[in-house]
Amino acid sequence: MKIVVAKNVYKSFPQKSGHNLVVLKDINLTINKGEFVTLIGPSGCGKSTMLNIIAGLILPDKGRVLVNGKKVTSPGKDRVMVFQEGALFPWLTVLDNVMFGLKTNNIDNQTAYKRALEQLKAVHLHKFKDAYPHQLSGGMKQRVAIARALVMNPQILLMDEPFGALDEQTRLILHRELLEIWLKTRKTIVFVTHNIREAVKLSDRVIVFGIHPGRILKEFKISIPHPRPRGNQHLIKIENQILKILQQEVEKHMKIMGGKFGK
Amino acid sequence: MRLLLHRVIFVIFLIILWQGIFALNIWPDFLLPSPLSVGKTLIEGFKDGTFIIALGASFRRILLGYTITIIFGSLLGILIASNKIIDGIVGPFILALQSVPSVVWLPLALLWFPLGEAAIIFVVVLGGTWNMVINTITGIKNVQPVLIKAARTMGANKIQLFWKVILPDSVPHLITGMRLSWAFSWRALMAGELIGTGTGLGQILMWGRDMGNMSMVIAIMLLIGIIGCLTDNLIFKKLEEEVFARWGLNTQ
Repeated sequence: MKIVVAKNVYKSFPQKSGHNLVVLKDINLTINKGEFVTLIGPSGCGKSTMLNIIAGLILPDKGRVLVNGKKVTSPGKDRVMVFQEGALFPWLTVLDNVMFGLKTNNIDNQTAYKRALEQLKAVHLHKFKDAYPHQLSGGMKQRVAIARALVMNPQILLMDEPFGALDEQTRLILHRELLEIWLKTRKTIVFVTHNIREAVKLSDRVIVFGIHPGRILKEFKISIPHPRPRGNQHLIKIENQILKILQQEVEKHMKIMGGKFGK
Repeated sequence: MRLLLHRVIFVIFLIILWQGIFALNIWPDFLLPSPLSVGKTLIEGFKDGTFIIALGASFRRILLGYTITIIFGSLLGILIASNKIIDGIVGPFILALQSVPSVVWLPLALLWFPLGEAAIIFVVVLGGTWNMVINTITGIKNVQPVLIKAARTMGANKIQLFWKVILPDSVPHLITGMRLSWAFSWRALMAGELIGTGTGLGQILMWGRDMGNMSMVIAIMLLIGIIGCLTDNLIFKKLEEEVFARWGLNTQ
């Protein structure tokens, strides 16, 4: 069942030079309910912009995004986003951060407290409920950010390079925890990364974006069940295919840029 | 603890140096009084109540003026920061106003407010307000965009964004603004009192000058310095440190 449909999404941003930089051109994609989809591509390919458009934080110039058949015109709590930097509120405790969304939606204190604590337990951070964000490690902050999003019980979890700033060991642990949560809740996850291994390890489907203008180059379906063993031949094959596409794309772009500078 | 000891030794050294220069008898008493006579004046001033009355008068003025400063300054800052057009038009003038020492308003203020009291409070308010305005604007403009995005995806509306994200994220800047505004208001008050009427610290200082009582002048100068230093260190610095630590910012 389709939950997100993007039709001919086009987005450009005005530059200082006066030109318009086309960030997304004719993006058509469909995401099914319960699916884990990753958008991958080089920096500047518009994958984060696409995620922001699905979130309703940015509106496309042309085309539209439908969620559950309804056009997206603003953020909605059916789609909650997790950011790379965690984006926790530094003046609130871990617990108050997780309760933030519930309180802004007028859920009474007692219920909010109960749900937040439950969610913190799910990410193994209930013991840190009274800590402030600056007292937490990068991995713990991301766990709080995930808990803060999940406590809203959204249909779709949007994740913008959530593990991009973490060290490798922490990232692997969070991969496992995210997969556990996903397998348990079966939420739809739209994940943005530039890490090929991460994309192939986690997702049902990887959508590869090209650059200038940002557009979809290719899609890969990955149907190997979780937990996916490291070094699985099929996964490595897909990783290599994605790497090849992205390398070609970056080289092509560099040639164009080189040509511009050459003149 | 060691640092405190060194500071005490430094102050004792200064007093000995002062006493030494005084003992050389280069200047007459009424130009340079001895530390002992200043100390005596201080004790007597508190004993006969003159200084207590003066402190009371000065504190009443600064508390009233400072409260108006903080409320008016932050409201004006919020108004300017939330509207690009107003910011563009008014912003540069705020900076210009801040560079005018507020005491230069006093002659006008004395005409506008025939009661000297109101004129001095007016100068105190002008002394601190612009700083509060500028820090409020800086705070609101520097709110991290990702925090606003995060709150919006969790369904926060515009009013909630302001009260629950923008304002709290500006608090470190607001506290710095409050600290600087206090220092400016305090200076403005003293300048205003030197010229204006009443029984504040500045006025007692001028009265000492008129009487040729330099011990009185220096005693009041010391009081002004000590009060400024104590309020900054005991109240504002502590508050700032606490807020900066909670917000996860470096305290410097």
